[in-house]
Amino acid sequence: MPNFHAKVQVSLRTSVLDPAGEAAKLAAAKLGIKGLTKLRIGKAIDIEIEASDVQEATTQLELLSDRLLANPVIEDWNLELSQSKSSSIT
Amino acid sequence: MTIGIVVFPGSNCDRDVYWATKGCLGLSSRFLWHESTDLDGLDAIVLPGGFSYGDYLRCGAIARFAPVLSSLIEFVKNGGKVLGICNGFQILTELGLLPGALTRNKNLHFICNTVPLLVSSKRTKWFESFKCGEELYLPIAHGEGCYQCSADVLNKLQEEDSIALRYANNPNGSINDIAGITNKEGNVLGMMPHPERACDNELGGIDGRNILQALLAK
Repeated sequence: MPNFHAKVQVSLRTSVLDPAGEAAKLAAAKLGIKGLTKLRIGKAIDIEIEASDVQEATTQLELLSDRLLANPVIEDWNLELSQSKSSSIT
Repeated sequence: MTIGIVVFPGSNCDRDVYWATKGCLGLSSRFLWHESTDLDGLDAIVLPGGFSYGDYLRCGAIARFAPVLSSLIEFVKNGGKVLGICNGFQILTELGLLPGALTRNKNLHFICNTVPLLVSSKRTKWFESFKCGEELYLPIAHGEGCYQCSADVLNKLQEEDSIALRYANNPNGSINDIAGITNKEGNVLGMMPHPERACDNELGGIDGRNILQALLAK
């Protein structure tokens, strides 16, 4: 069965306060970084999944992202999916 | 009439709740392991504070899938009373039994303090014995207590008179100073402050007693 590699990026919705991002932005200014207009902290989740095809992998991962990895009340998520090079298509 | 106190891996206020309900108030109480799905004989359920499943991913995100909570949804539908305290409140929002979400405190600090609160609604049994606007003091102890929700949800909470408790001096950035909310039916209450830590005069106050007493009030 083909193996897929996925990366799910979870970020706080723009309307939601990100105090950790704000604190990091202040620290960036102290480091001397100039011109920084936005710094938001999120999560990146690395996933390997076996599925019969891209469609099945996508369905599974969308469910996972929406129901577990992110809380849609406060977070948005983005899924990047690619087929692992090592896997063979059967 | 018996109260069930759910024990998740990482709960740390379960014994405090038992001490308060059984020890201080003399209410029949028993622990309920998170893998149990049998809620027979229970009249009220408490989801206690702590760090269920290590707060991994988000507070309450993994606890939401505990077997006991699938039974809890049915229990709530049938009118059973559920009180979520601190991490329990976070779990109730993840589960969708209460709207909104609890996020990092505005100042990023873990706040451990006794704070003044105002009763904002006495529509439900939980705050029936209080006066509207009455001030009470309860301990808070959380890093993720900043209540957030959309403008639509906030309007709905206000229209339904479901904002039960507000901070007098908002410590964590919660929208609308919200410290606790109920569902529309009024049988589910989620709150960040800890009523179980305010049931014994020796511990500095007894303002939490009436809230826990309401668990078994008819």
